[in-house]
Amino acid sequence: MFHKFILTAAVAVVSFLGLVSGSAHAAGSETHIEDFDFSFEGPFGAYDTNQLQRGLQVYTEICSACHGLKFVAFRNLHDEGGPALPEDQMRAYAEFYEIFDETLFEGEGDFRTATPADHFPESGLANAPDLSLMAKARAGFSGPYGSGINQFLKGMGGPEYIATLLSSYVEEPQCALDMETPMDGYYNTAFAAGGYPDECKGDHGEHLYPGSWIGMSPPLYGDDVEFADGHSTEIVDISQDVAAFLMWTAEPKMMARKQAGLTGVIFLTVLSVLLYLTNKRLWAPHKAGGHRKD
Amino acid sequence: MGGIPHDHYEPKTSGEKWLDGRLPIIGLLYSTLMAPTPKNLNWMWIWGIVLTFTLAMQIVTGVVLVMHYTPHVDMAFSSVEHIMRNVNGGHMIRYFHMNGASLFFVAVYAHMFRSLFYGSYKAPREVTWIIGMLIFVLMMGTAFMGYVLPWGQMSFHGTAVITGLFGAIPLVGESLQTWLLGAGAVGQSALNRFFSLHYLMPFLISGLVIVHIWAFHTTGNNNPTGVEVRRGSKEEASKDTLPFWPYFVIKDLFALTIILAIFMAIVGFMPNYLGHPDNYIEANALATPAHIVPEWYFLPFYAILRAFDNTVWVVIFAEWISFGIIDAKFFGVLAMFGAIVVMALVPWLDTSSARSGRYRPMFKWWFGVLVLDFIILMWAGAMPAEGIYPIISLIGATYWFAYFLVILPLLGVIEKPMTPPATIEDDFNAHYAAKDDDTQPIVSPAE
Repeated sequence: MFHKFILTAAVAVVSFLGLVSGSAHAAGSETHIEDFDFSFEGPFGAYDTNQLQRGLQVYTEICSACHGLKFVAFRNLHDEGGPALPEDQMRAYAEFYEIFDETLFEGEGDFRTATPADHFPESGLANAPDLSLMAKARAGFSGPYGSGINQFLKGMGGPEYIATLLSSYVEEPQCALDMETPMDGYYNTAFAAGGYPDECKGDHGEHLYPGSWIGMSPPLYGDDVEFADGHSTEIVDISQDVAAFLMWTAEPKMMARKQAGLTGVIFLTVLSVLLYLTNKRLWAPHKAGGHRKD
Repeated sequence: MGGIPHDHYEPKTSGEKWLDGRLPIIGLLYSTLMAPTPKNLNWMWIWGIVLTFTLAMQIVTGVVLVMHYTPHVDMAFSSVEHIMRNVNGGHMIRYFHMNGASLFFVAVYAHMFRSLFYGSYKAPREVTWIIGMLIFVLMMGTAFMGYVLPWGQMSFHGTAVITGLFGAIPLVGESLQTWLLGAGAVGQSALNRFFSLHYLMPFLISGLVIVHIWAFHTTGNNNPTGVEVRRGSKEEASKDTLPFWPYFVIKDLFALTIILAIFMAIVGFMPNYLGHPDNYIEANALATPAHIVPEWYFLPFYAILRAFDNTVWVVIFAEWISFGIIDAKFFGVLAMFGAIVVMALVPWLDTSSARSGRYRPMFKWWFGVLVLDFIILMWAGAMPAEGIYPIISLIGATYWFAYFLVILPLLGVIEKPMTPPATIEDDFNAHYAAKDDDTQPIVSPAE
């Protein structure tokens, strides 16, 4: 009986997990997203506070020139499990920013120094997307064949996508260099959604080179920042730092969520064992040859 | 309840008698809880409890979410982020609700295929089946409208595509679409009305669930043999049944805790797995996502919708015979809704004298293919409509219709069913007697 139930449950779970999801970013993307090993992966993974602080620094010194983080409040930088800046540092950090407050100057609005309750500004550049949710708004992994198995095993791949993208600016292929009018933007092997010249397509319209042309100029070259603790500033490392930071901005409650999930799974498993035993005992008299023993 | 003889509630204290004379509600609850239930029900009969629990969970989490959500095109997206970031426990409540929709559909599909295999839709349970189909349609409407509320990219463009289906209906389509959206395009008025309906429809579903339970308590549950409970006397009936409480309540709760443990793992460790990354981008009418894909539970029907393009001869024929009124787009819409209609009509399409698929040697295989077909359609619905996929969808859609319209009616004529056990008691005893032979006698666990 129990065996049959497990089978039923397994069928349900497989048809549910194995065959859905994925799909979206499958077609057209002939890009390879590196499966970086982030500290927050898996049921027990946690954000690396030092890495988030480094990522914050990269964001502040480089990304914030164009990109906003409008859903993140400065006070969140103090949050346990996040970058966990000491309160005075968090307050000092907020004071770097000037915020437009529409209640000032008799309702006409004016700029003032930001407080911990304020949010990061919106993107300064019109076509630069806000980065608050970027790590959840992109999927680095898909397939195989639309099955969603890769996403099940590796995760959705948002931070992996960001880290790969930032370190995937390479020299344009010769076919593009030979063009009379050069392509707009910058060639990036991890970016699938951009422009792609016909000159670099094969006989059947297939892309001969991975990726496409992205509007954003290469933001990182390596050694763009200097970390107080002397941590590596190679491009692969700072790309991962900022990707981890953006995962935190997208999912600041991840640690609490995993904790709740684990507690729930343990609680429900114990409860199910108790109910299994109750059920077995309850039915036993009726199952023993069908004779009631009561 | 209904035709199965069983003990009835007798008010004992004067207080109970007082209430019973005015509102016999305790008696009603007693009969519902103590309903004689076939004792050979297997583990596929647990989905009703899972569905009832999920409905309650969705309503409770939904009511809390509404306390913090703002149905305005400029504020909906950020109010969801407010829930995720600032509301106490908001991220869990929202993820419960979001993944609860998936749990709902996993359970409802299991429940429906259970009925399709064991012939639970057959006389005298047609009304239970029809009410179930109404619940299913309302669930799909509710889930679709709920998906619009976060006002992400997929919410917005998905709405445009789905309401566009109604626009494909000849003559009245365009006005109908405008009426549904409250405007010429997806915007504030659509968001407002979908919010209103998304809140309303679960309560309609709750009402229908009560009627659904009323209907099958009137006929009694079906069971894996499809043999009816003996109703000659209370004595006889009690050999085939056990009361719902405590036997089936405990059994169902055990199954529910296992399913919820899996659900909890998904919510806790991979809450966005079943979602779509594009919906974390705020809706933007000017930027259409590369692939607009519905949620997984709509994919089989979405595949049927897309299967019939204007290269399929039936579509060409329909267009010719109707003087162009039924074009490919409208044909697809008809096929999608038709796929649900033929399923609803299955009580009258299945001509077999046998009820349970367990005793139908040929039916078993065709049913197995139907389940496989459903899974393949789900997969094809997620793939881009190019290359081999439309052909796979077309084959899948054809089988879906053939199963209900051709195979089931014919099987009833050509198939010779096996003889089911005479009584539920026989089936139950045979099952456990066989088990007793090769296993240890069942030992009751220590107190």
